[in-house]
Amino acid sequence: MLENSVLEMRGIEKVFPGVRALQGVDFTLRKGEIHALMGENGAGKSTLIKVLTGVYAKDGGEIYLEGHDKPVHIKSPQDAQNVGISTVYQEITLCPNLSVAENMYIGRTKGVYQNWIKMNEDAKKQLESLRIPAEPTQQLGSCSIAVQQMVAIARAVDADCKVLILDEPTSSLDDQEVQKLFGLMRELKARGVGIIFVTHFLDQVYEVCDRITVLRDGQLVGEYEIQDLPRVQLVSKMLGKEMDDLSSIKDTSAEQQPIDEKEPVFEIYGLSSTAAVNPFDIKIRKGEVNGFTGLLGSGRSECVRAIFGADPVTSGKVVKNGKEVKIKTPIQAMKMGIGYLPEDRKVDGIIGDLSVRENIILALQVLKGFFHPFTKAQAYAFADEYIKLLDIKTASADTPIKSLSGGNQQKVILARWLLTHPEYLILDEPTRGIDIGTKTDIQKLVLKLASEGMSITFISSEIDEMLRTCDRLLVVRDRKVVGELSGADLNQNKVMSTIAGGESNE
Amino acid sequence: MNKQKKSFVSELLHNQMIIPIAAILLLVIFNLISDPSFFAIKLTHNNLGNPILSGNLISVIDFGSELAILAIGMTLVTAASGGQDISVGAGVAIAGSLIFKILRGNENTPAELHAPIILAFLAACLAGMACGAFNGVLVAIFKIQPMVATLILFTAGRSIASWINMNANIVINDQTFAIFGGFIPGIPVPTPVFIAILCIIVAFLVLKFTNLGLYTQAVGINESSSRLNGLNTTLIKWVTFVILGLCVAVVSLIKVSRTGQLNYNGIAKNIEMDAILAVALGGNALSGGKFNLGASILGAYAIQFLTTTLLKLKISSEALPAYKAVVVILLVVISAPTVREKLSRMANKMKSKKS
Repeated sequence: MLENSVLEMRGIEKVFPGVRALQGVDFTLRKGEIHALMGENGAGKSTLIKVLTGVYAKDGGEIYLEGHDKPVHIKSPQDAQNVGISTVYQEITLCPNLSVAENMYIGRTKGVYQNWIKMNEDAKKQLESLRIPAEPTQQLGSCSIAVQQMVAIARAVDADCKVLILDEPTSSLDDQEVQKLFGLMRELKARGVGIIFVTHFLDQVYEVCDRITVLRDGQLVGEYEIQDLPRVQLVSKMLGKEMDDLSSIKDTSAEQQPIDEKEPVFEIYGLSSTAAVNPFDIKIRKGEVNGFTGLLGSGRSECVRAIFGADPVTSGKVVKNGKEVKIKTPIQAMKMGIGYLPEDRKVDGIIGDLSVRENIILALQVLKGFFHPFTKAQAYAFADEYIKLLDIKTASADTPIKSLSGGNQQKVILARWLLTHPEYLILDEPTRGIDIGTKTDIQKLVLKLASEGMSITFISSEIDEMLRTCDRLLVVRDRKVVGELSGADLNQNKVMSTIAGGESNE
Repeated sequence: MNKQKKSFVSELLHNQMIIPIAAILLLVIFNLISDPSFFAIKLTHNNLGNPILSGNLISVIDFGSELAILAIGMTLVTAASGGQDISVGAGVAIAGSLIFKILRGNENTPAELHAPIILAFLAACLAGMACGAFNGVLVAIFKIQPMVATLILFTAGRSIASWINMNANIVINDQTFAIFGGFIPGIPVPTPVFIAILCIIVAFLVLKFTNLGLYTQAVGINESSSRLNGLNTTLIKWVTFVILGLCVAVVSLIKVSRTGQLNYNGIAKNIEMDAILAVALGGNALSGGKFNLGASILGAYAIQFLTTTLLKLKISSEALPAYKAVVVILLVVISAPTVREKLSRMANKMKSKKS
């Protein structure tokens, strides 16, 4: 073990059926540092953390902790707690109807009896020393989200804590609250606690962290001092593309015809929603494929959800073919000829227990109306047509959709929207988590539909895919649309530097 | 050949209808062994000289019809909201009390009806639907758990019912009014059976000619997804409660017509539990989603079969719930996902051992 480190993970392996989620990953956390763990979706961040906190059993490798001669075996979250590894998750997992002190200590004491007076005194001391603005006897639910988050941290570090894991702690906080949280983190750092900070906000990484470890596809990319790794470098390491070796892709995008000449179908001005998207403008042109790009959590999905009315719209104007229209709910959007394939297939897309047939006809059926159900024969005809057209692998049209593979589920949802013959189709991560063959099928289909005059918004975490399919890219960073790229600007270097923002515009 | 047989058996086992049918068969076998006279049906004449059928089986289809009507509404509520309405009995009391209020004028034992029965029934429908709408608002708009939301009317409903008639002790002795819970002159089969058949036909027609089934199931399975497909999930949940309210009104007419009296605290007592049980016995998940209305209706008759069997065994009505509870426990345990998983794993093991 290195001298000043509190935690070392060596050669960690974790295998899930069909996936090697972690492949020999090393991770070192030093005393009194804030260490950012970075990586895109599926890079293995959360798997690594779950191995460390005993949620998953590791399949290989060793974990060393300060004060232990031998490698430690962490079998459960309780084990992790006992050896001094505490975690605070994105969603606050405390009880809002208990007091602050109760939340800090409950479940911690040995035995049946609780000394309430002592508990409140201890809590008071702890809160004061960490400068958390809360009273021990105050009900937790009456505190702001930021303070609740801090209480969760106070609970976590109260025990003899060496390693503190903060998993996306800032995602529901505003700027001021984030600053307060950073104050607390610096305080803990000064006390010698090693903090692992997981976030997708680049600004915050550069503001508060000392070191960065980057993972990609379950492998360690490297560990860097913060001053040695400029933003663009970080983004390129996360995405796995070097800035320089990408000139080849340029040619494909250079041959795009000028898109400004195509007529706009939808013009959207100053649109914002309750999902904290800053107002943005976009013109959707006939037969054009555009895309929203940005890192995970940047707000790209929230933008398209706002267009579809999936989140309550707070401001903005939508003009269709020159006439202003009202789109506040999904049904209004659907009536305007918009289709939306959501990012999270399981939560927002499929109706698991219903059959493939019912899943395919659902959107069109809703458009047709409550009192006009399709006959069985019509429904089967639609389902069979699209099962054949999109080559959906299912035992029959009556199979429940949940028993299909991810890629085929996605095709069913795609079929659902194609059946409504939308003028404008939004595809949010249609290729995530599906096999490579289906991915190419979907990309080809997108280009074909666009050539037939459909307008399409295509979102993908893989920049390659976006560059291959999109005529125009809107870049989203920290919930703002920060740039629009088209024509010759559509290349990986430019996209990455716009995503990274900040000092990167050389 | 052998293979085909297997798939037929497995198909049968996967059909939801198998559960209530098996329950009824078990009860039939039990009664055949313990006392075959259970199945005796007698044709007699009532005091008006009209032919009527009587016997245990007749009382099963007679009282089971009330449950079947409620099971229709309860199935829809369960499917869409993933919860149950426990204020059904109280709702029957309110609607029934209103029927009496309208029919009696100001007398406690009216010599003749003061208003047409149809008027009283329409008022009961409005009252039942209002109760359903109230529950529906709490569940669909305020997102209160259905059991908790309906607890309000469960608690207050019977007081409201007695307040409607100022707790008067009313007896309505009218031949026409007695038809709905009794017999149509000349027809020996109890009227509630026909009312239930009518309700069931209407329900199936509605399911066939509207999207009620698809929408409620979609909302119950995945609300978020349903919303993104343009469904008004709030409205759909609310509507199911209103439909249940209508079912409640129909049952209230049968109930008050049956006795011609009104016991504010006793009428339709615990009927909600039997209705919920019918839905569960029909193999429908009480957590919502996919449903099979036919299975629920069969479940209702199975429950009534059980009740009648227990009564025949001279088990006092006070002890009845305890016996039913045993059945409920068995049912819930068997249908629990963990048990089902274990059972299917055991079945697989047996299969692999054989081959």
